[in-house]
Amino acid sequence: MAAARTLLDKVWADHVVVPETAAAPAVLYIDLHLIHEVTTPQAFALLRERGIAVRRPDLTLATMDHSTPTTPVSSFRDLAVVGESAANQIRQMEENCREFGIELYGFDSEHRGIVHVIGPELGASQPGKTIVCGDSHTSTHGAFGALAFGIGTTEVGHVLATQCLLQRKPKSLAVNVSGRLPDGVTAKDLILAIIGEIGVDGGTGHVIEYRGEAIRALDMEARMTICNMSIEAGARAGLIGPDDTTLEYLAGRPRVPQGADWDAAAERWLGLRSDDDAEFDRSVSIDAAKQQPMVTFGTNPGMVIGVNELVPDLDDPTFRKAMDYMKITPGKPMSANAVDVVFVGSCTNGRLSDLQQAADILNGHKVADGVRMLVVPGSQQVKLRAEELGLHRIFAAAGAEWRESGCSMCLGMNGDTVASGQLSVSTSNRNFEGRQGVGARTILASPATAAASAVLGHVADPRTLN
Amino acid sequence: MDALTTLTSRTVVLPIRDIDTDQIIPARFLTTTSREGLGAALFHDLRFDQHGAEREDFPLNDPDARDCRILVAGNNFGCGSSREHAPWALLDYGFRAVISTEFADIFQNNAFKNGLLPIIVDVDTHNWLLAHPGVELRVDVEAAQLELPDGGSVEYPIDAFARYCLTQGIDQLGYLQKHSDAISSYEETHACGG
Repeated sequence: MAAARTLLDKVWADHVVVPETAAAPAVLYIDLHLIHEVTTPQAFALLRERGIAVRRPDLTLATMDHSTPTTPVSSFRDLAVVGESAANQIRQMEENCREFGIELYGFDSEHRGIVHVIGPELGASQPGKTIVCGDSHTSTHGAFGALAFGIGTTEVGHVLATQCLLQRKPKSLAVNVSGRLPDGVTAKDLILAIIGEIGVDGGTGHVIEYRGEAIRALDMEARMTICNMSIEAGARAGLIGPDDTTLEYLAGRPRVPQGADWDAAAERWLGLRSDDDAEFDRSVSIDAAKQQPMVTFGTNPGMVIGVNELVPDLDDPTFRKAMDYMKITPGKPMSANAVDVVFVGSCTNGRLSDLQQAADILNGHKVADGVRMLVVPGSQQVKLRAEELGLHRIFAAAGAEWRESGCSMCLGMNGDTVASGQLSVSTSNRNFEGRQGVGARTILASPATAAASAVLGHVADPRTLN
Repeated sequence: MDALTTLTSRTVVLPIRDIDTDQIIPARFLTTTSREGLGAALFHDLRFDQHGAEREDFPLNDPDARDCRILVAGNNFGCGSSREHAPWALLDYGFRAVISTEFADIFQNNAFKNGLLPIIVDVDTHNWLLAHPGVELRVDVEAAQLELPDGGSVEYPIDAFARYCLTQGIDQLGYLQKHSDAISSYEETHACGG
């Protein structure tokens, strides 16, 4: 009988072109290469310099999200791109895709959006695939049981040229989440708690497989939020075994097989899970029932506490540097911190269900005086659906801004920034120093917590507003 | 990529854990389409205040640290984003090696591909290096050894392939392209892309 294998073992083995040895890493085949404007120009320049074609443009999917503005306009061509270098980057992306024959979901596409939102939306992110992108949050697509990870620009060039990467097989880490999340506690809270538990380097060198009753109970968008932040625990990727929830999400999407091919694919995908007695290199257990809304207080996602807990105090230079930057007082509750900006969006929490959670809290309330709230859909499709449901009217009535899709305030490079010294409650993934703008102070939270904080004007538990 | 076989330099020390790639190079410098000239943006918001003046208390701004080619940093250096602009900025500034107890995976991959050597040392060696900024070290890449000022040396772990590429100045794309026959036969026998 064959040895029991993990999902990672199976997907890895299916993609080995040349096995790894002590002397050299494996040549690993890549099924889907997602590309965007920020981490590709230098790779295309190398191809051009060496006269190399893109090996599989049909397995390459391009969009523009990072340096694109999200200001509301009637036509994308009117968008005021922030600065000449960003405008140049966007023009280069259009040229590169045209020259190398890659389909670009560009400014005029109704499918444009954050690369990690549109991959799943189009049905391009499928179980058992290897998926890479020059972006660390590529781990998002692991929610479908795909081995998906971020790469650098040199590696983007490798994939464009050969559709392969040189890789050592990562180790496996099982995160077993038992029980069910209590009402009012979301996937974002759970992943922040997991990162707090294992640390920002707890997953280094590993692929995390999220398992257990609580994970099974999550819908696909919540699973994407979980896998998205695997990188914030240092993990190479996050994985969740495909099940009926996965199939229901994918059925009928533009890039999935149709008819009899769908039936065959569905059967194959459901077989893609870790064997019952498969062994992981490490494992960690978490009880979902004990979870609560979580907020960060420091300058990395591992510096995180329950929204009603007191900020800890540590005698440590890294902790002191973080507290000096954040101007948050140890020993005090997080609710003592007045909020200037609230951002709902990003590849972590910019999907329809995330916007719905924020709208549910905001409905019938107003954003507090002096607070700026920005709601940025993760894609143009998310925007369309949200408007069909009237969510944009709830946001507008509450006094929040409703924008075009893009990475926006998750990272300060497209015109959407938090001013120096301002405190932001953000549904994005990184509270690093300067991430949202020079001197910006970021607190990571769920869409519900962000919306509640917008209404009350300070960091707040969303359960108090229901 | 320039080959790296030995390196002798004094160290500059950043005794902070979890230095992320947003601190190494903030996102607003990523709208470039080139890999050149990014040294000016290295640790930008730590090196400079909001008026563009150098912060005196930042270790890289110490006049004695200007020509250091080895950076010693706290645990988990390079966490966060996949931006290769981080090693590009470190190299352009003049660094050829970073010493820590652990590196983030993507940063480490990116560093090797550009000829920047990540050196992982044990906690005791690390603590000593953190406490002694400015000491001169010699790195023998072929032997994977870090030679300390007291004449002692420590061996550091390094992937055999990464070391080979680094010491020979090998371009990994060329290496991958040599496997094109194997890639073609894989494509013939697999439903690539789903």
